[in-house]
Amino acid sequence: MTDLEDAGGVKGATASRAAAPSSTPHDWPLWEVFVRGRRGLDHTHVGSLHAPDAQLALRNARDVYTRRQEGVSIWVVRASDITATSPQERDPFFDPAADKVYRHPTFYTVPAEAKHL
Amino acid sequence: MTTLAEESGPVDDAELLVEFERMIADESRIEPRDWMPDAYRRTLVRQIAQHAHSEIIGMQPEGNWITRAPSLRRKAILIAKVQDEAGHGLYLYSAAETLGVDRSELLELLDGGRQKYSSIFNYPTLTWADVGAVGWLVDGAAITNQVPITRCSYGPYARAMVRICKEESFHQRQGFEILHTLSHGTPEQHAMAQDAVDRWWWPALMMFGPPDAQSPNSAQSMAWGIKRFSNDELRQRFVDMTVPQAQVLGLTLPDAALQLDDESGHYTYGPIDWDEFYRVVAGAGPCNAERITHHRRARADGAWVREAAAAYAAKHADNIHRISQLTGDAPDPVAMEAAP
Repeated sequence: MTDLEDAGGVKGATASRAAAPSSTPHDWPLWEVFVRGRRGLDHTHVGSLHAPDAQLALRNARDVYTRRQEGVSIWVVRASDITATSPQERDPFFDPAADKVYRHPTFYTVPAEAKHL
Repeated sequence: MTTLAEESGPVDDAELLVEFERMIADESRIEPRDWMPDAYRRTLVRQIAQHAHSEIIGMQPEGNWITRAPSLRRKAILIAKVQDEAGHGLYLYSAAETLGVDRSELLELLDGGRQKYSSIFNYPTLTWADVGAVGWLVDGAAITNQVPITRCSYGPYARAMVRICKEESFHQRQGFEILHTLSHGTPEQHAMAQDAVDRWWWPALMMFGPPDAQSPNSAQSMAWGIKRFSNDELRQRFVDMTVPQAQVLGLTLPDAALQLDDESGHYTYGPIDWDEFYRVVAGAGPCNAERITHHRRARADGAWVREAAAAYAAKHADNIHRISQLTGDAPDPVAMEAAP
């Protein structure tokens, strides 16, 4: 996973990859797994696994995450292809929404007798 | 998106159609990778695109009042609302893209006049009270239309609509609040609110589309689970909710025939001027040309921002490439960050 601010974790992963001989599981990229529980629902992140390619990642995800029919569709995405916000930056990053309470319907006073608003 | 090649052999369309019809009958949801009839796909693309266009063209009549909002509070609220409409447009264009079309393609069709947006936005917002009337009536009608689409048979459209409906309720309330304040203000303010409602009432009723008898595509959309209620049913629902709200506002609706039918419990209303509706749809509304001209100009004026972002991204990617060549290693994310 690429972190916007702090890529420490990913750096560690790169180092271990370089040290391990190829074609062992240590060399396999990490895949994030998303499962659609049933039709009509969004895919939801359920976890991750290592696999040498997308095909095997999907098949292994099926075996690991949908053994009990937990899903009807699976997405796998290379963890290194995901860019994420950093926990340290959370507050300043999301702050701009904090003082805009008027985006919520409860901000407005509506007379009690007005229905369906 | 890349998908796994199926190992099973080819399946013929008739079999796929049976499976599609079964899912529709079971109230299941159709998802992007499912087989679907071409006509179903085309109908969805047209409807979702038209819906998306309505959201972004709808920014214009209200955006018109941002610089002249009567207080900082009203201004902040109006900016937030117009920003929401842009967001709604994005949710919907994204839903359309799951059907294999491209957003820029759809915008070309809009600018070329080959795809439509809701005709209501071809009316002008003449006074501040219009911002209230648009929120109360236009967003109110839109909510009535959109709530059933949260159960649409096409998953991505239904999910986009859940988000949109949640956000719309603030829009309607802020409109109601504006009108309530004006209506209980000075006689001039009250008259301004009444004038806005007088002008927006009938176009709002037209938003539900032609009467059922003249709406040839409705039956197919209902059969496919895209549409859940007929135009006239939704219009009636809107009238029944809105008339009592007008009484709370202390404003009248410009329809002498409007009255509660004790037997059915519904309000009956006078005839709608469908000639006006078709005239405006055909392009002869007060603001049709202005809306599209403005949209084209806004797209052209904003082009440099998109170009600059693309140039920056390309330069950034170039630097990463050079670093990885120098180190002979996979790109290091730390170096990526350090790259100027």
